[in-house]
Amino acid sequence: MLEIENIVKQYSNHRALDDVSLSVPKGSIFGLLGPNGAGKTSLIRIINQITAPDSGEIYFDGEKLQPKHIERIGYLPEERGLYKKMRIGEQLLYLSQLKGLSRSTAVQKIRYWFEKLQIESWWDKKVEDLSKGMQQKVQFVATVVHEPDLIILDEPFSGFDPLNTQIIQQEIIELNRKGATIIYSTHRMESVEEMCDSIALINKSKKILDGPVRDIKKAYQNQTYRILFERSGEADVFNQSTALFTVVEQQDRYEVQDITIKIAPHTSLNEVLLYLLPHITVHQVLEIIPSMHDIFIDNVTKLTN
Amino acid sequence: MNKIALIILREYTSRVKKKSFLLTTFLVPLFFIAMYVGVFFLTKKSFEESHALVHVVDQQGDIQNKLKSNKNITYIVSNVALQEEIESLKDKEKNTNLLIIPDDFLESRRVELLSAGKPNITTQAEIREQLKEIIRTAEYTKLGIDVASIQRVNDRVTISTKEITDEGDAKESHTEIAMGVAMALSVLIYLSLFLYGAQVMRGIIEEKSNRIIEVIISSVKPFQLMIGKIVGIGLVGLTQFLLWVLLTLALSSAATTMLYDQNSTTELAGSIEEGGLGKPQSLEIMDALQSIHLGELLICFFLFFLGGYFLYSALFAAVGSAVDSETEATQFTMPITMPLLLTYVLSFGVLVNDPHGSIATWLSFIPFTSPIAMLVRIPFGVPLWQIATSLACLIIGFLITTWAASRIYRVGILMYGKKASFKELIKWFSYKR
Repeated sequence: MLEIENIVKQYSNHRALDDVSLSVPKGSIFGLLGPNGAGKTSLIRIINQITAPDSGEIYFDGEKLQPKHIERIGYLPEERGLYKKMRIGEQLLYLSQLKGLSRSTAVQKIRYWFEKLQIESWWDKKVEDLSKGMQQKVQFVATVVHEPDLIILDEPFSGFDPLNTQIIQQEIIELNRKGATIIYSTHRMESVEEMCDSIALINKSKKILDGPVRDIKKAYQNQTYRILFERSGEADVFNQSTALFTVVEQQDRYEVQDITIKIAPHTSLNEVLLYLLPHITVHQVLEIIPSMHDIFIDNVTKLTN
Repeated sequence: MNKIALIILREYTSRVKKKSFLLTTFLVPLFFIAMYVGVFFLTKKSFEESHALVHVVDQQGDIQNKLKSNKNITYIVSNVALQEEIESLKDKEKNTNLLIIPDDFLESRRVELLSAGKPNITTQAEIREQLKEIIRTAEYTKLGIDVASIQRVNDRVTISTKEITDEGDAKESHTEIAMGVAMALSVLIYLSLFLYGAQVMRGIIEEKSNRIIEVIISSVKPFQLMIGKIVGIGLVGLTQFLLWVLLTLALSSAATTMLYDQNSTTELAGSIEEGGLGKPQSLEIMDALQSIHLGELLICFFLFFLGGYFLYSALFAAVGSAVDSETEATQFTMPITMPLLLTYVLSFGVLVNDPHGSIATWLSFIPFTSPIAMLVRIPFGVPLWQIATSLACLIIGFLITTWAASRIYRVGILMYGKKASFKELIKWFSYKR
């Protein structure tokens, strides 16, 4: 959907983006991650053609990014805003017409969304009469009403209560199923794991990691397992030296033992189990998979140090 | 629909629908009319009040015939006894007086004036003036001087001003009225440039502090948004002026017919006309206004308002984009509106006194000052080529400022919490995008 190639954006006293290249697969939910000030917003603004890069190219659906593509992008900025004194209905009409919808289609689509989110009664309300969470809903409708092929959401859940977060998350996933590509920029790592197919991690103006979530997690799997067991023999099999694994953490409990081991490279779990089984009764074996959160923290701190 | 048209439409309708717009649009003409009617009635009232009835008891005998009633005083020669007059005076209305002229008046030169209320100063002055004249005439006669020849030695001079038109015939010119119109135009254009320019700035600051700006410029170019806003608010201004002109014309013609209809039936109207407050003078003013071509003036006003508005609102837009709040904006609005303020102040002195002098002429060509300077000059008659040149300069001026302002604008609207300085603005100007 979107190919970003060697983007550089220089501001007078700092470099916001330094040779960033990304590929956003069509139909994916793409997580754009990074700490504050990493350059996420700069990148998003460039994709939205609000600013232009100093060098580098962006291809939208195979074509070089052009002003006409703006109508196929929906953008929910992190800093939300609506005209305070304008009626909700008129406001959405205005915004969707700016995105190229005709008046009649716009009316139809806004009604559809109002019904879907059960906010039909809001048409004649003014923004200043709505709560912050309600305003966010309106803003979300404004982002997606023109049925964009690419939806860019910058922290879409900030300001929502858990219930509304759930609703909006469902809507995002549904939009994605219907074919929209979604770029999701956030700090909320748990939702990344839930929603994203691919991610890119940006830190200090540079991309430091990207790819499908599954692959990244695989790359960060480090053969660590947690085993719950009972001793069946006298020998303390974990304290004997072996080339098969090393013990990371051990907790002695009254009956069930709890141990975390890291298996040596080129060794399979089965080999380890075969080695252990004569001595213990295995209750549970769990693979410890690093969370996106851990990967994020790990990468960002690694770079800082 | 075209996106700029959409923006213009929103800016226009959202403002025209506001209560404050309707209020000012209808109240301002009403205010003018109220002032007009108020002044009329006040003049009438004060006239009524200052008009005095004076009963004259002339013990000398000769004077009473020489006193002449006029618009301020009506003399009534008393035919009852003095005591009786004094008694009856008590029951009379205010402004009824009793003038007692003693028999030795020509020597003592003293009279007595009894009044029902406090004697009016105008009445006193009037009586004094007339009595002086009577004494003077008496003394001249006594000295054997021909009174008629004295009266011929009249030092009053009337200058009837005429200006030579291109066709070579002289027409009457009305410098005072041209000055009045010039100053009124100066005030009007100064205020409206400020008013609507500041509205553009406020609108942009609002969009910026609302944070809606980022949503909008992800749909349209910043330049489109800026131009849409400027044009939309400009149209609001034009609508307001047009409504003002129409409403004022309608209301004032209604008021005029009403007032004069009423008066023509009363005796008072006659005396008002004598006093120069009624029809003849207002007709004279109308003549004078026609001599400065009201139509041409209106067209020029609209053209120069538009030109000046575009020029200044572009600057206001740049300022609005650079700041986060209106209070912060003051440091920028001051310097950019300096030329306007300067011309405004000058318009009450140099410009009206010497409308074709070199200062006035130059100021009316410089785009930043021409909207005021040229309008001040136009009532005095300005050659067409000068108006055209000035307009051309103004158009070029606003094209340049709009271009420059848009370069600052597109950077400024995305800058938050950064205290902008002029140095910063210049840096923004040179940003690529």
